Amino acid sequence: MTDQKPFLDIRNAQKSYGDLEVLKDISLQVQRGQIVAIIGPSGSGKSTLLRAINDLDPLTGGEVWLEDMQINKKLPHRQYEKHINQVRQNIGMVFQHFNLFPHLSVRGNVTLAPKMLKGISDDEANALAEEQLEKVGLLDRIDYYPSRLSGGQKQRVAIARALAMKPKVMLFDEATSALDPELVEEVNLVMKKLAEEHMTMVIVTHEMGFAEAVCDRVLFMDQGVVVEEGPPSKIFRNPDNERTQNFLRKHLANANR
Amino acid sequence: MDIDLMMRVYPFFLTAAWVTVQLSVYTALLGLACGALGASMRLSRHALLRFIGAAYVSVFRGTPALIQLFILYFGGPQIGIQLTAFEAGVIGLGVNIGAYMTETIRGSIIAIDKGQREAARTLGMSGWQTMRKVILPQSARLMIRPLGVNINALIKGTALVAAISVVELTYTAQRYIGSTYKPFEMFMLSGVLYMVIIYGTGQAIKWLDRKARIV
Amino acid sequence: MGLDFTVVPGYLDFILLGVLWTIAITIGAALLSFFIGIFFAVIALYGPWFIRLPFRAFEWLFMGTPLLLQLFLIYFGLVQIGIDLPAFVAGVIGLGLHFAVYNSELIQTAIIAVDRGQMEAARTLGLSRGQALRKVVVPQAVRDVIPPIGNNMIALLKDSALVSVIGVSELTLSAQRAIGNTYRPFEFYVVAAAFYYLINLGMEWVLRRIERRIQAAR
Repeated sequence: MTDQKPFLDIRNAQKSYGDLEVLKDISLQVQRGQIVAIIGPSGSGKSTLLRAINDLDPLTGGEVWLEDMQINKKLPHRQYEKHINQVRQNIGMVFQHFNLFPHLSVRGNVTLAPKMLKGISDDEANALAEEQLEKVGLLDRIDYYPSRLSGGQKQRVAIARALAMKPKVMLFDEATSALDPELVEEVNLVMKKLAEEHMTMVIVTHEMGFAEAVCDRVLFMDQGVVVEEGPPSKIFRNPDNERTQNFLRKHLANANR
Repeated sequence: MDIDLMMRVYPFFLTAAWVTVQLSVYTALLGLACGALGASMRLSRHALLRFIGAAYVSVFRGTPALIQLFILYFGGPQIGIQLTAFEAGVIGLGVNIGAYMTETIRGSIIAIDKGQREAARTLGMSGWQTMRKVILPQSARLMIRPLGVNINALIKGTALVAAISVVELTYTAQRYIGSTYKPFEMFMLSGVLYMVIIYGTGQAIKWLDRKARIV
Repeated sequence: MGLDFTVVPGYLDFILLGVLWTIAITIGAALLSFFIGIFFAVIALYGPWFIRLPFRAFEWLFMGTPLLLQLFLIYFGLVQIGIDLPAFVAGVIGLGLHFAVYNSELIQTAIIAVDRGQMEAARTLGLSRGQALRKVVVPQAVRDVIPPIGNNMIALLKDSALVSVIGVSELTLSAQRAIGNTYRPFEFYVVAAAFYYLINLGMEWVLRRIERRIQAAR
């Protein structure tokens, strides 16, 4: 399995803002169907790494590849735009603050991009929306506007919206961090369901329990480097590195408070 | 108060008010066009366009509208621009208010949370698609009220064209003040008509704003 | 006809005199509009009804009609009732009253915001209503509205061009007079615009400094 060509391949990623180095030479290979969690303190660069995957925060050095295509190609503006819009259709992303389009209904949110970018008919788009909302358990909310949904429901719609583009990879940027504790589980359940369907996922999260239960691999990042990585059982139960141990200890203490 | 006189001359004021309305409508349309163009320059990727947009806003907001009007109407012929007073009024005031509208439109676009743009771009939508389908529908609602403020100022600003002899409300009032020596009466006549136009437009904008907010 | 800016230098001191008058009018009208604005705001909020209601009507009238029309009313209206003011004074009064109404709107909003709590606190200390207003509420409200009032004052500078119409020899009218002699409207109006622009930049610079100082004092 490890000698198989990686599905998503981040090579020597570097990112700096002026003198501030946010990512220092990070490499990460993700196989098809694999689920990788990135954990670490805030400011460790984990979100920046995730956002570099679809070039939302372009790297200052290094390469990102999805299958045989380099994502962060240097191209003249017009060509780059065309290229990146094509690439992003294959990479779903879910944000901490949902970022649903408030002027569109749930249906509108889910169908906007497929209709616009894939040129499918209204009927096909509706069927697609129903299928995806069924999956996240919100079919009955299809004609609601986002303002009338709870945070958990909003995030499930956001997931359905991303899935409607039939992405090859899903990126989750602290998808449950902004939610009230009692709403976290409904989102986690949806993500577990995706895991069972072998969706390739990269998840930035603070939920250690969830990461341990669902992920194949865990990366611990701190100060722009990957301090330690391995299977969840190793990272969570028996980490080698002192920084990892400290982080997990503090995190547990906070979680139990 | 000389009611008799007011009854005698009010039809001329009505005609003049109609000119003020026409001026206002054309000026508003031109202003919106300039505002949209100005805002897109201010938000452009190209430094040169951004600079032109910023210079437009700075110069036209930084100098009196009256002077701009005079440059266009009296100075225009020197550089080959021959306009009627009405045309000069519409163009001068429209380009002027467009500078203010540029800032209004730009403000309501950058007020939209950047997560909206990121979400749309992440789905693979292009910059223009994102603007058209995600950003503008939201900022359009935000800009109704402040554009209303611009339009309110614009209607009052149409009085300036009296200085280049367009026969609108203020010019008419001025002329009748001169011929009747009844400034208060003439002020009341034209004032009432201005208030009907201004507060009527204000109500329409409030209605539009409420309607846009229902969703 | 073409353009010829070489005629400008001959009139430069004449134009500069206009600049001085424009600055004088702007400062005079700004001060007037500031103090009358505070006065208007207080009577609009705390005055007895028989003052409040006519004042509202006055406010409504002033906000619903063009400044130019108001200038005509003041200039010729005062003549009608037998007061013949110099054009400069009429211009300052017209501009000052017009912007006082707009300043008053801002100050009213600020007073309402400050009044909550502060008025009660001052009254429990034994201050009278008038004392509390004068010493506690209004000073705070005024500080809060200085930046937006500053923007009004920048608008006032540009609107001061309108008093040329009632014969005040400020920058715009100076340019017009020079044009009367030379028949070069484009050149002189552009020069006038440049001077307005410079004064405008100066005012913006001062306003930004004041804003920063207020920010720092918080």
